[in-house]
Amino acid sequence: MNDKADLLTRLINPKEFQEPLDVSGYESSFLYETLYLMTQIRLAEEKLASEREFGTIGGPVHLSVGQEAMAVGISKNLNKKDRVFGAHRSHSHILSMNPDFHKLFAEVLGKETGFSRGMGGSMHLTDKKNGFYGSVPIVSGTVPLAVGAAFDARRSGTNNIGLAFIGDGAIEEGVVQESLNLAKILPSPTVFVVENNLFASHMNISLRQPMRSTCRFAEANKVENLLVDGNNVLEVYEKSKVLINNSRNDGTPCFIEGVTFRHYGHVDWRKDVDVGVDRSQEDIEEWMKRDPIQRLSIGMFEAAIISKQDYQNINDEISQDIISSWEKAIKDPYPTEDKLLTRVYCNED
Amino acid sequence: MKTKENYGSAILSAFEYLLDNYPEVFVIGQGLWSPWYVGNTMKDLDSKFGKDRIIDTPVSESAVTGLGVGASLCGSKPIVVHPRIDFMLYAIDSIVNQAAKWSHMTGAQSHPGITIRGIINRGGEQGAQHSQSLHSWFAHIPGLRVLMPYSVADARDMLIAAALSKDPVMYIDDRWLYDTKDELDPISEKSISEFKPKIIKYGEDLTIIGSSFSTKLALGASLELEKERISVEVIDIRTLNPFDSKLLIESVKKTKRFAVIDGGWKNSGFSAEVTSSIVESMEPNQLLSKPLRITLANSPAPTSKPLEDIYFPNISSVIRDIKANFFL
Ligand SMILES: Cc1ncc(C[n+]2csc(CCOP(=O)(O)OP(=O)(O)O)c2C)c(N)n1
Ligand SMILES: [Mg+2]
Repeated sequence: MNDKADLLTRLINPKEFQEPLDVSGYESSFLYETLYLMTQIRLAEEKLASEREFGTIGGPVHLSVGQEAMAVGISKNLNKKDRVFGAHRSHSHILSMNPDFHKLFAEVLGKETGFSRGMGGSMHLTDKKNGFYGSVPIVSGTVPLAVGAAFDARRSGTNNIGLAFIGDGAIEEGVVQESLNLAKILPSPTVFVVENNLFASHMNISLRQPMRSTCRFAEANKVENLLVDGNNVLEVYEKSKVLINNSRNDGTPCFIEGVTFRHYGHVDWRKDVDVGVDRSQEDIEEWMKRDPIQRLSIGMFEAAIISKQDYQNINDEISQDIISSWEKAIKDPYPTEDKLLTRVYCNED
Repeated sequence: MKTKENYGSAILSAFEYLLDNYPEVFVIGQGLWSPWYVGNTMKDLDSKFGKDRIIDTPVSESAVTGLGVGASLCGSKPIVVHPRIDFMLYAIDSIVNQAAKWSHMTGAQSHPGITIRGIINRGGEQGAQHSQSLHSWFAHIPGLRVLMPYSVADARDMLIAAALSKDPVMYIDDRWLYDTKDELDPISEKSISEFKPKIIKYGEDLTIIGSSFSTKLALGASLELEKERISVEVIDIRTLNPFDSKLLIESVKKTKRFAVIDGGWKNSGFSAEVTSSIVESMEPNQLLSKPLRITLANSPAPTSKPLEDIYFPNISSVIRDIKANFFL
């Protein structure tokens, strides 16, 4: 327990853990793919930030820039039959299961060709055939759904899991305690993933909770849990692998909390130093030095797995994809007016 | 001496008045330490009145609302703020099972004088879970007073009356009204039962009934119709529960035509309550035309801009629907 407390103290101090990742012992292809996926998510969201600022995007976008290691480190342990749920800040989650820029952009623009056929926008995403069941902006709304999806996986004799990506704010909803207890007692192989970015909209966690780690809620329900450096994709991957595999094999829940930080403010492209309570420009700058992509890429440069030029080429290639996907999405059609009423029910009969 | 206010600043004035004059008032909810969700309506209250009376909270709507109910049973006058009605659904038990029933269940010996402020915040491609106006649900519940101010004066005075009422009150304000301007008289406290439906424009040919933002649509449409010599009476409902339809019936007996505009769904919505309460008080031959309800389509709010544009009624869609229904 003391180890955890020490770790937490270091994790919430952005001056710690800024060093590049030690990549020794990993396959180059694994590292390359991991870096590639994180960079895809980063650049896609940077695109969304600038288009939102420019006004092309009409609705709110909650960006996870800075938090990509959680989505990517976790998703590397998932398969397309798993049942993943997200929340308002879930571009990274859906892309980590299927990095389809065009579908994401089209959805954010409200186009028929988007992940949710233009009916959900940034905050309601779905891609069921790739394991991403749905994300919604009611905080914690999908947590019990993940427990249910996991319960179904178990009942139908599969070893798939249900997974809920939530934040440190979401933990404060009573339904999360009920879900932890229920998942434990049934049991149901639910993976609770907390991206603890130390904020719920404007409020620092220290103003909302007596502790800055949320693992105690898992502890109280005897759910196996782990606190990790959420900006170290290799650590997230390794440590969650053990827990997720246990859940698969035993049908029991687990809980993984990663401490991380979002570079942007709560919503859209601003930094929110003005409206955030206890959020300063200095903190943001310190946290930028713990950037999960930078730590991995520099680690890979140092180990001579890729060169800076290689990485530049990756960035260029992804940027090209982003530009062409965006242009396509912009030209795509909106849902027709009849869809307002024809999609309320299943209308199978 | 009149003061210039807008709907948002009028709410702020009400909070200031209550906090200045009633030490038992405290305010609790998300966003109160930052102008994050609540616009100018809570500006600087925390620095003026202290963070122990203006309390920002964890993301725990259920417990925060229950806390308000409990504190109100012991003499506090809590105002619980939910920056969106959609978020408040986690708090339904405290509102519907506890607060609304408490007086009756306890033989009227104890009354939870809590105010629950639910903000309607919709549009902007936010979609299904960030758009709802569930006043019809709440108006269905005996024991729960439901107020929806349209005018700037009501925004201020109803909040004060709600906070001072011994009953649980749902006070619902709409962000689309925050910029509405008016000049207000100094505050004088009114009893909550004074906020009955009110004629805000007299007319002869047609009565249009609304509440909150729908009243604004009714008034806007009536001014346009006036240019075509159609004389419209506009009634603002103000209090949805307990609902008093007397004035509406009198008006429709005069105009013999009526339309209801409601910001909720048509299906089992408040517009049905208004319509039936009028129709059941009329003789079959007293109406010159079938009544009209203008509401949301029976679908969740879409995010896609072209769908959103047809989803929410606006002044021109209201005029179009009225002309079509009444052959005007
Ligand atoms: C039930 C509910 N309450 C409040 C909100 C407003 N809200 C949206 S996101 C958010 C903060 C959530 O914080 P966290 O879970 O830590 O996620 P993060 O934004 O940090 O990713 C809040 C309070 C909401 N959407 N739903
Ligand atoms: Mg957070």
